[in-house]
Amino acid sequence: MYAQMVKAEGAKAREEMSEQERAFQDRIDRGEKIEPKDWMPEGYRKTLIRQIGQHAHSEIVGQLPEGNWITRAPTLERKAILLAKVQDEAGHGLYLYSAAETLGVSRDELLAALHGGRMKYSSIFNYPTLTWADIGMVGWLVDGAAIMNQVQLQKTSYGPYSRAMIRICKEESFHQRQGYDILMKMCLQGTPEQKAMAQDAMNRFWYPALMMFGPPDRDSVHSAQSMQWKIKINTNDELRQKFVDQTVPQAEYLGLTIPDPKLKWNDAKGGYDFSEPDWTEFFEVIAGNGPCNTERMEARITAWEDGAWFRKGLMAHARKRDARRAAARLAAE
Amino acid sequence: MPSLTDVMTADADLTRAPGIRTIAALGAAPENAFAEWLCRMGDNCLILGHRISEWCGHAPVLEEDIALANTALDLIGQTRLWLDLAGEVEGKGRSADTLAYLRDAAQFRNVLLVERPNGDFGHTLMRQFLFDAWHIEMLRALQSSADPRVAGIAAKAAKEVAYHLERSADLVIRLGDGTEESRARMQTALDRLWPYTGELFMGDAVDQAMAEAGIAPDPASLRAAWDSTVAEVMATATLVRPGGTFQHRGGKQGRHTEALGYILADMQFLQRAYPGAVW
Ligand SMILES: [Fe+2]
Ligand SMILES: [Fe+2]
Ligand SMILES: [Fe+2]
Repeated sequence: MYAQMVKAEGAKAREEMSEQERAFQDRIDRGEKIEPKDWMPEGYRKTLIRQIGQHAHSEIVGQLPEGNWITRAPTLERKAILLAKVQDEAGHGLYLYSAAETLGVSRDELLAALHGGRMKYSSIFNYPTLTWADIGMVGWLVDGAAIMNQVQLQKTSYGPYSRAMIRICKEESFHQRQGYDILMKMCLQGTPEQKAMAQDAMNRFWYPALMMFGPPDRDSVHSAQSMQWKIKINTNDELRQKFVDQTVPQAEYLGLTIPDPKLKWNDAKGGYDFSEPDWTEFFEVIAGNGPCNTERMEARITAWEDGAWFRKGLMAHARKRDARRAAARLAAE
Repeated sequence: MPSLTDVMTADADLTRAPGIRTIAALGAAPENAFAEWLCRMGDNCLILGHRISEWCGHAPVLEEDIALANTALDLIGQTRLWLDLAGEVEGKGRSADTLAYLRDAAQFRNVLLVERPNGDFGHTLMRQFLFDAWHIEMLRALQSSADPRVAGIAAKAAKEVAYHLERSADLVIRLGDGTEESRARMQTALDRLWPYTGELFMGDAVDQAMAEAGIAPDPASLRAAWDSTVAEVMATATLVRPGGTFQHRGGKQGRHTEALGYILADMQFLQRAYPGAVW
């Protein structure tokens, strides 16, 4: 997901917990929200910082593949909608960095970790947006997958994270709708070339979208602890299944073929059977070998480094202004 | 061959310069001048909106990514209003999209200032400030336009642009009066962009027709207010107003810099590659 393979720390059985830890776990079990000033185990804090930080990084790196098409959007209305969407994503980044700050880590520290390669962002943003149909596909599938994850995270145990998710979810449904709307136009009213463009986008984005939920549960070593802390509510496979079940009829409506010959309704489980993505590819992308990892990181690092003079300039001005105000106060006394 | 100085010197009379379309060339019909003028308003917004949206995801801080996207969004919204009206006034069935996506560079009517490349972030902010300071005066004046449609668009846009100006002026001040480096960058930006500001106030036959019809102010009449805004902001920013008097011109009449062709190549790609497709 936006937070994939977040390493959780300090899994403990109830009998190993201290009294304080037991009381903390009881609060979570009762569905209480943990607030910044409350006591929390160090592992809980660290895991949350990783997860919220990775989520925040995903929002801002996620601006790049879509921002890529703002200047080329095919109509003024599409341009405006895409601008609004990408602006929302930057805003999501802001809410999430703020939520992380309540855990005692600054935005600058998190960015330094991202730029230094010590923190990750979602694997999905390492795939290129090659055509306008990709913009539709990102909205429909990528934001669709993000919503699936974020809806459950509204119930997460950490108050500031939960509140950020509630705010974000309100905006996300517009993101998915605008993506689907792009594809409806192309698939239902478009030329054969436009339909082919949409199918090609589907072929390229389907499996990377499934990868967003992270490795299969059988390989997800950190899930149990995160779920005990209610940092995670559903498992990767549960969410992936929900996503597929939701998406198949939407694809059918568009007349698009999901690139999976094994995709089939299973009456017994009340959901679709489907092929797993190529996990080797997933781990390669996570390791930095996706099609766009280098470009995405370069773009973010360049933006940060080229902007250093700007940030220093603003800080210098603030210091001067404060000094002038202090001097004026002194003179008045 | 006409000599270049005819069109490149500040006192050249553009209405008589060769190769530049005049009202007479447009058939002297007042509605053509009106449509032409509306394209100027719309194209300024469109091209500047395009330029600043190029920053998306690349700004020095997240707050600036958000603010620039917001400004671009306002400008694209205004583009749609101006160009839709331009199409309506022109009466040839062209929509805002047709005008934006299917005209070539020579038919664009934006001032040269807005098509200048982004440069560093300071350059982008300085360009924004110089434009905003003009834009707000223009929109204020247009709120008493004889054409209620123009007055309506101006009233809506003025609210947005007042905020653009507040923001760009504030940042120019903070960066001018910041570090040595930020001051130097802002001064360089001002020096480079200055020769592109004069065009905002140079009238031609189209402007004259608009002023006579009470639709829009004489561009020269906006100069004093702009000068005082700029003087005040530059003084606070510790920046020096450039001394040179030379001013480029031509954008309003469709004579652009090399930059515009690249902007259009990007912007119009899909409409050109898939003619007639709906998106
Ligand atoms: Fe997102
Ligand atoms: Fe988001
Ligand atoms: Fe989104």
